[in-house]
Amino acid sequence: MTQTVLTGEKKTDTHPVDALLRADRLPHILCPGCGIGTAMHCIVHAMAESGIDRDKHVCVSGIGCSGRVAGYIDVDSYHTTHGRAIPFAVGIAVQNPELAVTVVSGDGDLTAIGGNHLIHAARRNIDLNVICINNFNYGMTGGQAGPTTPLNAQSSTTPYGCWDRPFNLPHLAHAVGAPFVARWTVLHVRQLKDAILRAMQKPGFCFIEVISPCPTNYGKFNNIGSGLEEMESYRRRCVVDHDANLADIEIDLGQEDSPIVVGNFIDVDREPFRPILAGPVREEKPHAAWAGLRKTQFVEDKNGPE
Amino acid sequence: MTPTSAAPKVEGEDLAARVQTGTHFMLGDHACAEGALAAGLDFFAGYPITPSTEICERLAHRLPEVGGKFVQMEDELASMAAIIGASVAGARSLTATSGPGFSLMMENVGLAAIMEAPCVIVDVMRASPSTGLPTAVGQADVLQARWGSHGDYGIVAYAPSSPQECFDLAIQALNTADQYRIPTFIMMDEIIGHMTERVVIPPAEDIPFVPRKTPSEPPGEGTFLPFKPDEDLVPPMAHAGQGYRVHFTGLTHDEQGYPRLTAAAHEKLVNRLVDKVRLNAEKIVMYEEYLLDDAETIVISFGCTARSARHAVTLARQEGIKAGLLRLITLWPFPETRIRALLDTGRVKEFVVPEINLGQVRREVERLTQLPVKRVNNPGGAMITPDLIIEVMER
Repeated sequence: MTQTVLTGEKKTDTHPVDALLRADRLPHILCPGCGIGTAMHCIVHAMAESGIDRDKHVCVSGIGCSGRVAGYIDVDSYHTTHGRAIPFAVGIAVQNPELAVTVVSGDGDLTAIGGNHLIHAARRNIDLNVICINNFNYGMTGGQAGPTTPLNAQSSTTPYGCWDRPFNLPHLAHAVGAPFVARWTVLHVRQLKDAILRAMQKPGFCFIEVISPCPTNYGKFNNIGSGLEEMESYRRRCVVDHDANLADIEIDLGQEDSPIVVGNFIDVDREPFRPILAGPVREEKPHAAWAGLRKTQFVEDKNGPE
Repeated sequence: MTPTSAAPKVEGEDLAARVQTGTHFMLGDHACAEGALAAGLDFFAGYPITPSTEICERLAHRLPEVGGKFVQMEDELASMAAIIGASVAGARSLTATSGPGFSLMMENVGLAAIMEAPCVIVDVMRASPSTGLPTAVGQADVLQARWGSHGDYGIVAYAPSSPQECFDLAIQALNTADQYRIPTFIMMDEIIGHMTERVVIPPAEDIPFVPRKTPSEPPGEGTFLPFKPDEDLVPPMAHAGQGYRVHFTGLTHDEQGYPRLTAAAHEKLVNRLVDKVRLNAEKIVMYEEYLLDDAETIVISFGCTARSARHAVTLARQEGIKAGLLRLITLWPFPETRIRALLDTGRVKEFVVPEINLGQVRREVERLTQLPVKRVNNPGGAMITPDLIIEVMER
């Protein structure tokens, strides 16, 4: 990918990331003020800078607004079923370890219906980049509460306020073994792009939470206002703390004086998942008891009794 | 089957390790695993469940020996998703389960169908519903294999009746999946899965191999349409990483693979998903006939129950009953043409359908005839013995 210099002098019909998007699928379905497009912009920039052959990048999404991202990025892309983007991506990544597989999906998809897959893929340290765009609700279906919806928040399924305690996603990802854990908002385009780039270049399970406005279905019911107003609140409230204690970084979106802690929190070396493969270097031997199951062959005694 | 190529997928030492040519005394579950290996299985994802676990265990052993990948997943939802992911990355992939896991897999059976991702699901049936009798035989997932995921789509399901057929049909199922780009099923039952019998594994060069069609145009030209079918209604398949920059979605899509959310696009796509199996049914369908030529009483059965049925037919003949057996090797497609031809002879007086469920295959037979269709059933847990079948014949 060539570096594009933005001079600001010349009007043009093109955009620097056009080549990385499926232009024939645009305009996208996302609402005004939504942050998913910005997150997608950071993903394609990171892809371009990754040094990885574009044809070795794969994008996998689940279902929901963020699930549509796979359909807009011009690499091999798979829009799967609700919650199953990660295990689908596990199949791709394990079958062909040369591929750089990025999962882009929403908070509901990855942490509610897909929560079990998230924790197990992290535990196994499968070589995946998981970008969880958290807009605090199920946007595609019209603004229902999910596992990241803040306490007391209004949604169409919590008309008296949400009384479920939400996930603290970086804390969760760290606890289940992800060797790279970050959180940024869609306001932090450079930091977010850099975090995604780091994930693409780092082996193992890398988890990035991306805080994103959903003015249509979340913001307007929770006194947050427009997408722009939510972005301004990120600017006021975000605190970069790479060394934050992850247990302490829950987001209380409704409390204006409560900080939103962002940063690249975890970046450690951990042996990624490696299926046992045949070859001269292989030293693992099955236990004799199991190996015995293999001895099924016999030679028929042609002179024996009938 | 009509192999388009007899050339095996793998060569040299790998092939020798994959195909354990010789005569074996082998468990049905193991024979299924060995058949898959012989047919070039690249990837297994699964979750242990009785009575299919031995397939998982065998492949945990054997796949690493031949360069394949084995992953034990967190559940059957994930197992099914992973074999589809591996398939779109180019693998011959398979999972194995039993009723409770089969129910979970139904979600992504639909995804495999609409993405046209070839893969094989082995269901070793046990007595159900729910947890039922986990270690005892059942045959009650017949209709689920055909209709289990929501919507209309085409699949093929095989029902082995012996460990030898577990081996043979595993090869067949992987080939058929690739040939038509569909999920295929191997509907074993607990008795067949846990039966140890003679299994002859042929020389590697005799293992049929039907490859997946691949694009004729090179990547990078932007002309390849990933879901544009050939005349046989099956599109060539481009895999992740090959440079075609494909998009696959579970949404209704056009030939480019892009979402196309209209009734017209839906009709075109879904009809093709159904028709690529329906219109090829005569090529796909498999059955075995025993003493059918002059039969007036036709027993239709499959799996372990067909073994009792065959003996019952032999005994009935000794009693002067003109009985014959139509043993289903494919449950789906159902051999409608053959049954209609038998009816056209005017000789058939009745059907007898023994099965370890409360009448799933019987429904299919009743759909085709006004003649009496007698049932020999139990809901699971016990073999149907030949004397029970004869008793119903004589009734």
